[in-house]
Amino acid sequence: MNFDSRRITIILIVSVIGIIYALRLLSLQVINDEWKNQGVALTEKEVIVYPSRGLIYDRKGRLLVTNQTVYDLMVLPKDVKPFDTTAFCKLVGLSYEELTSGLKKAVSWPNVKYKPSPIIKQMTPPEYARISEELYKYPGFFGTPRTLRIYPQSIGALLLGDVAEIDKGELEQKPDYRRGDYIGKSGIEKAYEEELRGTRGVRYVFRDNLGIERNVAEGKLDVAAVEGTDLIATIDAELQRYGEELMQNKRGCIVAIEPSTGEVLALVSAPTYDPNLLVGRTRGNNFRALNSDLQKPLFNRATQAQYRPGSIFKLAQSLTALQLGTITPQTRIVCNRGIIGCHGSHSNDDLEMAIVHSCNPYFRGVMQRVVEGDRDPSSRFKDARIGLDIWQGYIKRFGFGSNLKTDIPGVKTGLVPGVSYYDKWYGELQWAYSTIYSLSIGEGEMLITPIQMCNLACVIANRGWYVSPHTVKQIGNGGKPRDEFLVRYDTGIDTAHFRVVVDAMEKVVGPGGTANRAKLKDIVICGKTGTVQNEPKEDHAVFVCFAPKDDPKIAMAVYVENAGFGGTWAAPIASMMIEKYLTDTVSNKAEEKRILEANFLDR
Amino acid sequence: MKNQQNITLTRVDWTTVSIYIFLVLFGWMNIYSAAYDASHPFIFDFSKEYGRQFLFILISFFLALVMLYMEGDFFNKLALFIYGFFVLLLALVLVVGKEVNGAKAWFGVGSFGIQPSEFSKIGVGLLLSKYISSTGAKFKNWKTRLVAAGIIGFPALLILIQPDVGSVLTFVAFIFVMYREGLSGNVLIIGLGAIVFGVLSIVSGAGTIDFPFFGEQNGIYLLVVIVTILAILGIVFVRNFIVPRNRKLLYWIIAVSTVASLLFSLSVSYIVENVLESHHRERIYVMLSMPVEREGADYNSQMAKITVGSGGVFGQGYLQGPMTQNNYVPEQWTDFIFSAVAEEWGFFGSLVLIGTFVLLIIRIINMAERQRSQFSRVYGYCVASIFFMHLLINVGMVIGLAPIIGIPLPFFSYGGSSLMGFTLLLFIFLRLDAERLNIFR
Repeated sequence: MNFDSRRITIILIVSVIGIIYALRLLSLQVINDEWKNQGVALTEKEVIVYPSRGLIYDRKGRLLVTNQTVYDLMVLPKDVKPFDTTAFCKLVGLSYEELTSGLKKAVSWPNVKYKPSPIIKQMTPPEYARISEELYKYPGFFGTPRTLRIYPQSIGALLLGDVAEIDKGELEQKPDYRRGDYIGKSGIEKAYEEELRGTRGVRYVFRDNLGIERNVAEGKLDVAAVEGTDLIATIDAELQRYGEELMQNKRGCIVAIEPSTGEVLALVSAPTYDPNLLVGRTRGNNFRALNSDLQKPLFNRATQAQYRPGSIFKLAQSLTALQLGTITPQTRIVCNRGIIGCHGSHSNDDLEMAIVHSCNPYFRGVMQRVVEGDRDPSSRFKDARIGLDIWQGYIKRFGFGSNLKTDIPGVKTGLVPGVSYYDKWYGELQWAYSTIYSLSIGEGEMLITPIQMCNLACVIANRGWYVSPHTVKQIGNGGKPRDEFLVRYDTGIDTAHFRVVVDAMEKVVGPGGTANRAKLKDIVICGKTGTVQNEPKEDHAVFVCFAPKDDPKIAMAVYVENAGFGGTWAAPIASMMIEKYLTDTVSNKAEEKRILEANFLDR
Repeated sequence: MKNQQNITLTRVDWTTVSIYIFLVLFGWMNIYSAAYDASHPFIFDFSKEYGRQFLFILISFFLALVMLYMEGDFFNKLALFIYGFFVLLLALVLVVGKEVNGAKAWFGVGSFGIQPSEFSKIGVGLLLSKYISSTGAKFKNWKTRLVAAGIIGFPALLILIQPDVGSVLTFVAFIFVMYREGLSGNVLIIGLGAIVFGVLSIVSGAGTIDFPFFGEQNGIYLLVVIVTILAILGIVFVRNFIVPRNRKLLYWIIAVSTVASLLFSLSVSYIVENVLESHHRERIYVMLSMPVEREGADYNSQMAKITVGSGGVFGQGYLQGPMTQNNYVPEQWTDFIFSAVAEEWGFFGSLVLIGTFVLLIIRIINMAERQRSQFSRVYGYCVASIFFMHLLINVGMVIGLAPIIGIPLPFFSYGGSSLMGFTLLLFIFLRLDAERLNIFR
């Protein structure tokens, strides 16, 4: 039998396979772009060019926040060849277990072996320089630069804020960020994230056969990164540092604002910490430690602590009553200590002396005239509702009980109780002035934050208006602040009414006044002390002030928790800050030493 | 005698020799590109694959020359001895071989290794040719079939023990040889049917299907149901449309083929799901584009396809393929060398390479047909079939039409054993072909 014809069958099979393979190649290489695109995605890297984040300077041009380059040691598992692990571990300072677990992580989901993963994060330039020369011996390992924030002055931690990798929640809200991007988490870093961040650029590169990265299409597709905008902060670094020193071993805060512009000159919350703690590899541990510290260093007392204002509130009360015409500067009210206690020897003060003496019965009477205005004679309950409404309207215009339109993230509003508040508490028409008179001296349900206290000092310094406190005076060198910080808010109190209040405040710091310790030789300070009861612990010491009297450059609020009398502890701190700011020296060294040595942390 | 030798050498098929040299040198070029190391750019650098391949090429050329000077009769007479020698090596490697990637397939000689399975095909080819050309061998007879199966199966079994499944698969090539020499064509058809049915079984057996009344069951039962329905339809068809005297035979055929296919399908599915080790199962799944549980199991296959696709129509240019130069395909210079060609020389380059191989195979077939000696003809078919099988599996693997099976592309892949083995295989035939006019048997 002859099988010669079977040759044809076999040749046919070979040819058909050849044709099938040719068609398959046609599909893979020519028709279908999918594989080609995947190849491009793998080999032509889209390298994100991170712009350097904007720097932050203080109002006198001193650098507050800058960037530092660090290096992540990366591994590209597909390029790794067998290597001397002992020598490598010794070189980079890892244990064998750390290396193997790092390598394992680099190839387990979501990492893949043809994409680089970090083995060691954030090595300092000297650390990296030491190993980089040896790194060529270990194919697949290489360093990539990253930038970290550093804070050369080590001050203003809460004011400046911090930066960290974006978390899942933020990532969902901000689609233009990617996993691993850095974002401002608090303070100026958060508030001005958009400006500081700049715009990411993109470089398209591929690696040629010498392993050198080259630009795709000669860089024509690349998009340049736009550097982040520098900011000029409103604070004075020296003043801030001095404030932090004075507040050491104390709980409390200092707010200093330039009244004419609303620029925050210092914002101290004590106890504080070095902002460099929340940077780099040690951030996690340090954050946990700070977060669990019982003294709450991460809590910004200047903007988030809501205190009862105490006697300093009498200033706002005086101005409200004068504007309403319910009192005049000559009005005298008997110091009747039956209903409400008082201190010092006085019996029938006029307004000025009542402020100087901080006479509680006087201001109970002042607010009574405001609230019980006989506007609805039918019932004192109805009358109080109308009166309290009017009062609340005025008080709120000082910036109390609402968000000051500041650029500091997380400010609290405080509380100015009104009709609805008391209706809820006592029931409609179940309360009258006699129920709520504690408000008159800044006690009771009233709550304000220290920055609102300082804002009150600004209003008085400006004789009637304020600009929202803010922390950045120039966006971009020579730029302007945000528009809302160019607006004056008027309190609706006539300038004339301030004279008596300012004079009284001058006397508070003068001979025999409660804040006499704050007196300076050449600078006239106008202030008001407060001592907020805090049973069973020590009282909080409070002081608000501004100086100089006739051309105010600085307004301040100082709040020292559990320190005692405002005049003894808060006023001297304010005084030294003012002297430091206006003359760059502090003359009363003995007083400075007394304050620096005081420790109220354990009270 | 001397004169005779010279005349014979003038009859060497220089076209085939040219194709051979082209493939070897083009292969070397691409090994250089795939294994390129910027710190060792010299192509003769012995520390790199391309330098060593140059050495292998020199040895192979020498071996080729030696084969051309051999007497063709020598191969016929010593076929059994050569076969026995290689079988012995295959047995020996199981004892003293060094284990590479879990298989005992290599003799270590210094820093080089020798892989006897690459040479054993020569012995099988020679002995099979000798046996088939002997008087009395007829594929009609079961005896002939069994002896031929034994000649092929014995070394294959030894290689299976190593275990090197890929090399065993190339022994399937001899089916074409036997088909040419008279084995029933049904073998090819049944083989093809078995592949199709096997794929269906694997695909359906890997999942579960929600059957009415029976609930969630292995998907293989859907295939069982379909086969059963087809069988019933076949019986109904036979009852109504076939003349009665033929019915009985057809009933038998339907019954036997139904039972056989059900058994086959169930056992394939069982073996894949329960007997095979997970990495073998994964390779089969990857080829069939089925989901694989382990992340990265289809890495080689994916990278090979991406590399091929990256070539486009005209290729990225020699030494400029980004996937090849950045080593995305592991050990690309061995079994995946075709992907380097495809990327750097593009669709046209791939076509040229595949076309060259197809032409070479067809040329060898045609040369085999012009032999006067049946021995030479059968051996020629052996050579063509082995090349075809390697082309089929190796290129199929790279372009995703065959599972990832580690066998080399003849003359192209890096490796001394395979290059020398294929060279010997081819040049023995070229010697036999050159002698075709001298022999009157």
